[in-house]
Amino acid sequence: MEAWIRSVAPYLYTYRAKFFTACSATFEMFWKAGGIAFMIGLCFGIILVITKKGGIRQNLIIYQITNLVINVFRSIPFIILLIFLIPLTRKVVGTAINVKGAILPLVFGTVPFYSRQVEVALSGVEDGKIEAARSMGSGTFGLIFRVYLHEALPDLIRVTTVTAISLIGLTTMAGAVGAGGIGSFAINYGQNQNHSDIVNVCVLVLLAVTFVLQSIGNGLSKHTTNRSLFQVRHK
Amino acid sequence: MIEVKNLKKTFHLKTGDVTAVNDVSLHIEDGAIYGVIGYSGAGKSSLVRCLNLLEIPDEGTITMGEYRNIEIRKGVPYYEGKRMTAQQQNRMRRGIGMIFQHFNLLERSTVFDNIAYPLKYTGRSREEISARVKELLELVDLQDKIDVFPSQLSGGQKQRVAIARALAANPKILLSDEATSALDPDATESILTLLKDLNRKLGITIVIITHEMAVIKAIADRVAVMEEGSVVEEGSVYDIFSDPQAPITRKFIASSSPLGKIDKMIADNSSMTQVKPGEKLVKLVFQKDCVGEHILTSVAQECGVNLNIILANVEYLHGNPLGGTIGVLSGDEKQLADGIRFLEENHVRVEVLKDGSLD
Repeated sequence: MEAWIRSVAPYLYTYRAKFFTACSATFEMFWKAGGIAFMIGLCFGIILVITKKGGIRQNLIIYQITNLVINVFRSIPFIILLIFLIPLTRKVVGTAINVKGAILPLVFGTVPFYSRQVEVALSGVEDGKIEAARSMGSGTFGLIFRVYLHEALPDLIRVTTVTAISLIGLTTMAGAVGAGGIGSFAINYGQNQNHSDIVNVCVLVLLAVTFVLQSIGNGLSKHTTNRSLFQVRHK
Repeated sequence: MIEVKNLKKTFHLKTGDVTAVNDVSLHIEDGAIYGVIGYSGAGKSSLVRCLNLLEIPDEGTITMGEYRNIEIRKGVPYYEGKRMTAQQQNRMRRGIGMIFQHFNLLERSTVFDNIAYPLKYTGRSREEISARVKELLELVDLQDKIDVFPSQLSGGQKQRVAIARALAANPKILLSDEATSALDPDATESILTLLKDLNRKLGITIVIITHEMAVIKAIADRVAVMEEGSVVEEGSVYDIFSDPQAPITRKFIASSSPLGKIDKMIADNSSMTQVKPGEKLVKLVFQKDCVGEHILTSVAQECGVNLNIILANVEYLHGNPLGGTIGVLSGDEKQLADGIRFLEENHVRVEVLKDGSLD
């Protein structure tokens, strides 16, 4: 095995320690930024849906502000956002470099996209279901958790998968602030030193990650369409 | 008891204001099945949504069961002198069941979980909820579907689940918004039968919104006819059917009775409806106390008039005859006058649709 790797990807073998560090940096950025963006994006998506005109807690001021903030951050290309946020990142986490310095920009880059996706997913829940739940005496929290999130789960899984995959893409750019990760490894050790095997392997790794994420997402989404995740049988 | 006084609701749309409910007052007795009929856009759905405050009216007073005299001023409901909080409104809605045209079941929940939905607000334990759901499924005759998802049910079965869900928390009032409009005739009939049974078994008051006269005829005791936001006619279903006053009511009834065809025949100047001098095209409506159809033979024998029947249809509503005969009555002037008087004395209402002597 070791001999085989050495023969097909000699430079990768030489820099294998760096490669594993890069993988773990990417993974760290992915789950930390992803986790935070998931929570914030979900909240923003919910706020957009319930405060819009005709929503269950219509509030056009909050809606317009949220909408504007999301639109502004969505229109900034991530690589520019990364630089633009350096002063803020420094203030919030104390440093603007390394993995630590990349988390905040990654969150800013992901949340607007994810919020929109959540908004679309939740808007797919028919008004009739909301009305029926209201007629049964559900308040705002009941409507959000027992109807919106519950009914939109397959769509939420789908949009979360799409966002997760685009987040992987963003992490590769975080190398620009010295966060490391597979992206900067491929550039620094692959492209710049003319080691094509390193670039190829990085592509393969990213492909595999994307494929796995998409498969998990598709499977879960399909499994939860018109079904609950765990079903109790009544006898 | 349901009582609504001077209810008003206006929607402010970009295209202008639409008064969906215009000064509506209604009184519905406990245990009644009350129908509200109107064409789409007549405001009946808005009216029923105002009843459980899904839509807050602009002005008016509402009594829904134990919630008496909820006063609404400028789109704000007041109960017992205080502004009604969102929690109070939710609590009030829990005492009122509602079913919809498109069922509105949660697609990702089983039949069990759908029916258990409102029960989670009643503070019951898991065992009590399970027992209550089973009881409700028995009531709507769907015991074997407890673990099934709505996508595997037919329209009629979905509506049964929706009914069970609406009844779960033992409401005293059930609002039905076009509940049979999306169903085929068989399913419609079974749902109407079920609603009638539930009304009898549980004594629940049912308010039915529909655009189909057949639905009203099948189960309602009383009916209100709505047009452009207002109630134009209200009364017992029998009275409305046997003697409609407002033009729109006549139109509804014509659409649900074969006798309605006569209007079109007259308009088309069909040969059947042409009358010569000494002939009258009449509609004979059998009233509640009318003895029966041999009266037509009697009138011919007693008064010497002839009756040429064009259309006839008699059905029974709550045990009373409904409908009548349309025909051409002929004879000399005295015979005709005698004949009409004889019929009226025997509780047959005579409407002259066309008089040959006047042409």
